Amino acid sequence: MLTITDVSKTFNPGTVNEKRALNKVNLTLNEGDFVTVIGGNGAGKSTMLNAIAGVWPVDEGSIVIDGEDVTGLPDYKRAALIGRVFQDPMTGTAATMEIEENLALAARRGKIRGLKWGVTKAEKAVFREKLQILNLGLEDRMTAKVGLLSGGQRQALTLLMATFQKPKLLLLDEHTAALDPKTAEKVLEATERVVQRDNLTTLMVTHNMKDAIAHGNRLIMMNEGKVILDIRGEEKSKLTVEDLLHQFSKVAGEEFVSDKAILG
Amino acid sequence: MSAVASYFSSLSLLGLLGRLPAGVAQGLIWGIMALGVYVTFRLLDVADLSVDGTFSTGGAVTVMLIISGVNPWLAILVAMLAGLIAGAITGLLHTKLGIPAILAGILTQYALYSINLAIMGFKANQAVSVDKYALVISGRNVPLAIVVGLIFVAVIIGIMYWFFGTEMGSALRATGCNPQMSKAQGININSMKVMGLALSNGLVALAGGLAAQYSGFADVNSGRGAIVIGLAAVIIGEVIGEALLGKRLNFAGKLAFVVVGGILYYLVYTLVLWLKLDSNLMKLFTAVIVAIFLAVPYLKGQAKTSFKKAAKNGNGKEAK
Repeated sequence: MLTITDVSKTFNPGTVNEKRALNKVNLTLNEGDFVTVIGGNGAGKSTMLNAIAGVWPVDEGSIVIDGEDVTGLPDYKRAALIGRVFQDPMTGTAATMEIEENLALAARRGKIRGLKWGVTKAEKAVFREKLQILNLGLEDRMTAKVGLLSGGQRQALTLLMATFQKPKLLLLDEHTAALDPKTAEKVLEATERVVQRDNLTTLMVTHNMKDAIAHGNRLIMMNEGKVILDIRGEEKSKLTVEDLLHQFSKVAGEEFVSDKAILG
Repeated sequence: MSAVASYFSSLSLLGLLGRLPAGVAQGLIWGIMALGVYVTFRLLDVADLSVDGTFSTGGAVTVMLIISGVNPWLAILVAMLAGLIAGAITGLLHTKLGIPAILAGILTQYALYSINLAIMGFKANQAVSVDKYALVISGRNVPLAIVVGLIFVAVIIGIMYWFFGTEMGSALRATGCNPQMSKAQGININSMKVMGLALSNGLVALAGGLAAQYSGFADVNSGRGAIVIGLAAVIIGEVIGEALLGKRLNFAGKLAFVVVGGILYYLVYTLVLWLKLDSNLMKLFTAVIVAIFLAVPYLKGQAKTSFKKAAKNGNGKEAK
């Protein structure tokens, strides 16, 4: 479903701030893979997700989603294939627009937007149904402005928007990191449900090792712009946090010590 | 004392009442211009300074076409088209060449000064007489001008209400609200910005065309300060709409109140003239009003929570 081949990206090349964020990354996801991504700060996790989403062009390598080479497409064109949820709950929704207007925007992702009415009656019924699944009572506030919602509610709504039309690929960039533990748990549960129900191919970046182990069928670890560990299936289900810490120290060596606190 | 007395005796209340309808008519025309400003300032979240130029462009194109024999209705349509193009150029300068929106607008406005002069045959103004041509709107017949102005306003608000409710219009609003989210939902935000700037300046040029017909001439300086007057109308309209209707105000209502803002602005302007104050002071007066209204939301927030307040609250307990 996703094939990344030798993708590199260097920020601020030729300056003192030069940073090789991705260093010939290779990664292949099969349909239905739910991959959790861990790694220290600056390991390249978010950069890889941004490269896939097309936030900026990569320096080298290719990105193929569902057989389509998207390397040369900007983010808004790749949006037809990709659903995204961001770390900041403010990022994924339009605050001054109504809940149903936001959903209507998501319902038209990847389609031509013409002069037909922006939200139809038939759609509203579908929105109501889908909002009920979130179990947040949003179905009764469909004409409320999204700016009135809490961070958790907005993140849940963003998740619904990202998956409203089944995406070929779902990118979750630390989407629970800005929420309180209880809300984070709820949003993660909702994520699990949606991914399972629609059998979505998913990449989830997280700083929480327990979450990385508890969710998904595959776990990758990144360091210095590379995938340094790829654990799947049986092996992953037996994984413990200690294993992971041990594995990481083995592969990453000395540097790991400074990252331990962040990863734990 | 006698000077003050003679000043007041020289003011005639009837004179003021007589001038108010003309203020309303002009306010309606400038209200249309303010609707254009609303599109960029509120919906697209861009302060677009092209409008100072495109307002004059609208007047110049309209008057020159009319005196060369083109139907006045067709003339304002062409004027609108000219505004659309000028706005799109600002949009392209911004999105394709990476020039900050505010600078792109200033560049377009600056260039338009020369272009507007060229359109008017390098004369600073050009007259068009209602006696010779069947103008769409004229200050010679104020009651009729008000009716025509109202019809224009109603049709434009109707079209705007419809357009910003469509898929495309929603995408434009989303672009102004949250560009990152818009891109993630597959919206080409650069196209939306160009379109929004074009539509806005199309409306402004239309208003410029109406204003020129109303006053009977096009002037290369007619648009000077249009952005500030537009902002004044938008802000005054919002404050009054909020005060009168609050949460019940829908999108069409908001647009209507922008026009009300334009009318109020011109009524105040009429009052200033009636008081025999120097009309050149109007720009200072307008700038102060706009600054105050722009500052109000911020100051309101400060009144609720600020460092000063926090210090005061804290002192009550510990520092004693």
